[in-house]
Amino acid sequence: MQPIWHIARKELSDGLRNRWLLAISLLFALLAVGIAWFGSASAGQVGFSSIPATIASLASLATFLVPLIALLLAYDAIVGEDEGGTLLLLLTYPINRQQVLLGKLLGHGCILALATVIGFGSAAFAIGVLIDGVDLSLLVVSFTRFIISASLLGWVFIALAYWLSSISNEKSTAAGLALGLWFLFVLVFDLTLLAILVISEGRLSPDLLPWLLLLNPADVFRQINLAGLGDNSAMTGIMALGQDLPMGAWGLWIALSLWLLLGFALARFSLTRRII
Amino acid sequence: MNLIELQSVNQYYGTLQVLNDITLTIPAGEIIGLFGHNGAGKTTTMKLILGLLSPTEGQVHVFGQSPQSLDVRQQMGYLPENVMFYPQLTGLETLRHFARLKSSPTVQVDTLLEQVGLTHAARRKVKTYSKGMRQRLGLAQALLGTPRLLLLDEPTVGLDPIATQELYDLIGTLRDQGTSIILCSHVLPGVEAFIDRAAILAGGKLQAFGTLAELRRQVALPTTLRIAPLMDTQPLQNKLAALGLTATVVGQHTLSLRVEHHQRLAAIQHLLPELNDLDLDVSPPSLDDLYRHYFAQLTTESH
Ligand SMILES: Nc1ncnc2c1ncn2[C@@H]1O[C@H](COP(=O)(O)OP(=O)(O)OP(=O)(O)O)[C@@H](O)[C@H]1O
Ligand SMILES: [Mg+2]
Repeated sequence: MQPIWHIARKELSDGLRNRWLLAISLLFALLAVGIAWFGSASAGQVGFSSIPATIASLASLATFLVPLIALLLAYDAIVGEDEGGTLLLLLTYPINRQQVLLGKLLGHGCILALATVIGFGSAAFAIGVLIDGVDLSLLVVSFTRFIISASLLGWVFIALAYWLSSISNEKSTAAGLALGLWFLFVLVFDLTLLAILVISEGRLSPDLLPWLLLLNPADVFRQINLAGLGDNSAMTGIMALGQDLPMGAWGLWIALSLWLLLGFALARFSLTRRII
Repeated sequence: MNLIELQSVNQYYGTLQVLNDITLTIPAGEIIGLFGHNGAGKTTTMKLILGLLSPTEGQVHVFGQSPQSLDVRQQMGYLPENVMFYPQLTGLETLRHFARLKSSPTVQVDTLLEQVGLTHAARRKVKTYSKGMRQRLGLAQALLGTPRLLLLDEPTVGLDPIATQELYDLIGTLRDQGTSIILCSHVLPGVEAFIDRAAILAGGKLQAFGTLAELRRQVALPTTLRIAPLMDTQPLQNKLAALGLTATVVGQHTLSLRVEHHQRLAAIQHLLPELNDLDLDVSPPSLDDLYRHYFAQLTTESH
């Protein structure tokens, strides 16, 4: 346990030193406040509209932003240290490769979770203080769910980034793979699913299609937040499929956690086989 | 119990065979020199002992255990060739981080910084360090936790002459305190006096392992005797010729003769009555000579 903590501590202090934590927190706060106040500007209306509308827009934003930041934070975790020569040294210490991964996950995970709490939390705080007559309990519940699920989504992509980092021989390869993974889950997956829906014209079993959503952690995250609003009008596009999932919110949370486990298992598998 | 045992180790990187059937038993409490040409597999051997690599075939045991065991690693210190650190950390932060990982007391960090002469630069970022300063920091981290086994891969690269001497002195002191040390070096004359045993790798094979005296006996390279100063070299040269020894004149007043290993004592006995106030200089084959011999043997074998 001890060595895991020491690695985490180093990653965390690196995150503070190079101002990653500060930068991500600010970015999240600005975007969240911006969305809360100007999110419905396209509908010809300026100012805060409603909590569900804000969460729905925030969820769409976080779906592409959080994975991107997680991948940026973690893509060079292994290959970067290998190129820098420090991985070799680190692994001669009484610490095994799984512990290195766990320590880094804990450290990077803390940075991302803290940034999410600070960034989105301050937006929630601003809404609670500045908007008269807002439903405080709904605000707290929906933002807490949003923050926790966004952190979990971030961890999934951090773990996946470690995997890509462990199979790459060069930092630039890892960066390319990370970008590819991001495109796949944020853009390509949904488009493909949509195309399948259109082309199959209902010939595919309607029982099967909703399950496909679980194959994309970003979609699971969106589903968690949209379903939590209890407002089906936000369920547009492929998100509507989620209404047919025969399980409650817990199923979605478990699916996202399984993604974290899968990412970590892949990373562990590749790192143990890597020649240092 | 033996310190390190390698049993029929074959090591491949992909299809490239780097080590070929290495069997080696290293006793504890000695300074072992590991020598070989570039790409001979010295660093690879160290990585096997450190458990960074698992042998493709064969077995490696350290302290009677698998080197992958964290217990074993706790008792090893390693200075890699081209040691690198986190550039953004200071020397002090770097050493503290590694000290935590090795659960060694924090006071040791200051002692070690002092010992390697980095106290004045401890609060500067490692990226501003010179090559020799990084090497010193590398040495300090290898000594964290007072290891029982120290692996030093080309430890003197980048060190100034004084620091080099201090390093050898330190290695000697550590050995006397019971630490076992394995070191790689290409500076053979520099390490010759400090090592207890030499292992010579060439072409992926272990060509020799033993004390210098054992290796000298094995290879039977001639010993060089020099006699000086001689005003007239001819009379002595003739006398030696009568004994079947061919001496040659080197420089103006010096006679040099090469005698076979087993004949060297007899030759010296013959010379002693002739010496009077002359100097006799006896040079057994140096580590460098031994190394060249084993290397030449390999190249003739492979042709
Ligand atoms: N990670 C690796 N992948 C592929 N080949 C490798 C790897 N590391 C080493 N080699 C090869 O293994 C051989 C032995 O390398 P090694 O580093 O052990 O040599 P060395 O004796 O330490 O040489 P030097 O004196 O130059 O440090 C070389 O041919 C090298 O190219
Ligand atoms: Mg080497």
